[in-house]
Amino acid sequence: MPLTPNLTAHWDEPDSYTVTGYERHHGYEALRTAFEMDPDDIIGVIKDSGLRGRGGAGFPTGLKWSFVPQGDGKPHYLVVNGDESEPGACKDVPLMLASSQHLIEGMIITSYAIRAKHAFLYIRGEVPHVIRRMHEAVRDAYNAGYLGTNILGSGYDLDITVHAGAGAYICGEETALLSSLEGMRGQPRLKPPFPAVAGLYACPTVVNNVETIASVPAILRNGADWYSSFGTEKSKGIKVFSVAGHVNNPGIFEAPLGITARELLGYAGGIRDGHQLKFFVPGGSSVPLLTEEHLDAELSYEGMEAVGTMLGTATPMFFDETVSVVRAITGWLDFYKHESCGKCTPCREGTWWIDQLLHSLQDGTGKMEDLKQLEELCAQILGRSFCALGDAAATPYPAAMKYFASEFEAGTHTSANAQFNPAASIVFPGVTTS
Amino acid sequence: MALTEETRTELLEIIKRYPDQARSALNPMLHLTQSVEGYVSPEAIELCAELLELSPAEVSAVATFYTMYKRRPVGKHLIGVCVNPQCGILGGQEIFDSLSGDLGIGNDETSEDGMFTIEKIECQAACTYAPSTTLDWEFMDDMSIDKMRDVVTKLRNGETVESTRGPAIRDFRATERTIAGFDDGLGHAGGNNADAVMLAGLNVAKAQGMPDVDGGTK
Repeated sequence: MPLTPNLTAHWDEPDSYTVTGYERHHGYEALRTAFEMDPDDIIGVIKDSGLRGRGGAGFPTGLKWSFVPQGDGKPHYLVVNGDESEPGACKDVPLMLASSQHLIEGMIITSYAIRAKHAFLYIRGEVPHVIRRMHEAVRDAYNAGYLGTNILGSGYDLDITVHAGAGAYICGEETALLSSLEGMRGQPRLKPPFPAVAGLYACPTVVNNVETIASVPAILRNGADWYSSFGTEKSKGIKVFSVAGHVNNPGIFEAPLGITARELLGYAGGIRDGHQLKFFVPGGSSVPLLTEEHLDAELSYEGMEAVGTMLGTATPMFFDETVSVVRAITGWLDFYKHESCGKCTPCREGTWWIDQLLHSLQDGTGKMEDLKQLEELCAQILGRSFCALGDAAATPYPAAMKYFASEFEAGTHTSANAQFNPAASIVFPGVTTS
Repeated sequence: MALTEETRTELLEIIKRYPDQARSALNPMLHLTQSVEGYVSPEAIELCAELLELSPAEVSAVATFYTMYKRRPVGKHLIGVCVNPQCGILGGQEIFDSLSGDLGIGNDETSEDGMFTIEKIECQAACTYAPSTTLDWEFMDDMSIDKMRDVVTKLRNGETVESTRGPAIRDFRATERTIAGFDDGLGHAGGNNADAVMLAGLNVAKAQGMPDVDGGTK
């Protein structure tokens, strides 16, 4: 399946992130179209396009917008989730750096559609260059007359505020993000009520991922049929894939949903020379891992479900034969344990228990009964935690056991580092394999 | 340096960005106090609480939740090394161990001369640049043990170090001011930052004659 440069089509022009650079390629044409439309019709176009949330959950975007009650007399808000921090995912950060105006035009159109007059862009705090770039882009858009009052003579007003987080993976969860944006600890809230009804400041709010919103202008300009002509029956459209790990040419690849991991791997130059694929994670560390036999499965919502995993953020990470699965899984559990917000017991306590048991297997001091205990712990957390972070923490181990049970069993007598020399996995020269 | 009248004025400026609820300003306000003092001090917590009409306990609860807020002064530069599995396995762990050995300090500790604090960080959304590291939170992509040694030496000698996707390195406090949302004039640094990694797909598409799919109809 060929690549389909869309949001990334003009990244070879160094000013692609400016209003001027964007206007050279139809930038802000969609906004003019939008202002001539009834807001509900815009929601209709996005519904018809089949666009689904690109942050991982894949909820239909137009449907989400349509849940916002109209004529309720309350302020409405758009909050864009730029808290990219799922291990493996690095597509929103490049989009904000190089397609800044796509995102801003998308924010204006979306805000107009849901009748919001104030939109927020929440960016994780650890990426100052992205934060300053988006502040610059917002200033650029104000100066060009695309933000502020009576935009393009439409009578519509919108302000955008760029907001920085302070280091918490959980803030990628939409309700935790809202808590954080309200100046509180970033802990998730019970749903319902959903943000569309009671979101920011208890007002109707749409929370969407950066890539989702940046995709909106081209859909409005080219039509729902154009967008839905890409992809599969249930997974319409184009996706920005980041391909990372032990591959020759890691990077950003924009392709229709339904492309296979084998095709993406091919575009990325294959597994690094002299090595073979061992396992890969198709959509961030929160989804079950896959192996070589799944390389031809479609990277689509349904295609990934069919092989027992999820599309997630659609950002595959590939690992070669030098890597210990036990080490990788233990590292991810270190992460979930560190990032658990502490609100609910299954996640707060469970991540510590799983991590502790995995560490003994990694050190070669585990017991056979630990394997059973791990299985039970994961099963008890899955579906019982307050938000998806707990589910994510309960996911890597069972998936890894399915394909690599012997490595975990070996953890009862031999450490991961003794089984797999860590130096062999390093991608830069100068470390000797002892 | 202690918090000044100017800090108070700037904190009030941040509050104005959030006309519907002042408390939303708390995260950027804490970043700003860190840019002045190098950490979130008890005085900073008191001041934010006063300006937002919150109790110091409410502000502390927030300040201690997020990992970017430091309870002890950070050195002139904060070096972050991603040890999350992908970067960690591709060499991040060895980079951290080497850096830690060279500087004689552990995770979240500061060198005696006050130049460097080192920290194991979580996924930096730079997985295509593994092993990924940060210097005062600016991207230092595709790192190696040797390159990190070179960076440390240059900073010690007062030489310029360029971020791989962003401006030349300043220091931790200057970055915290940027994160708090104050213009540092560096928003255009590096153009669109599209390097070979970001252009990987576009370059393949162009070489193989796969057209841009946008703009076909209008």
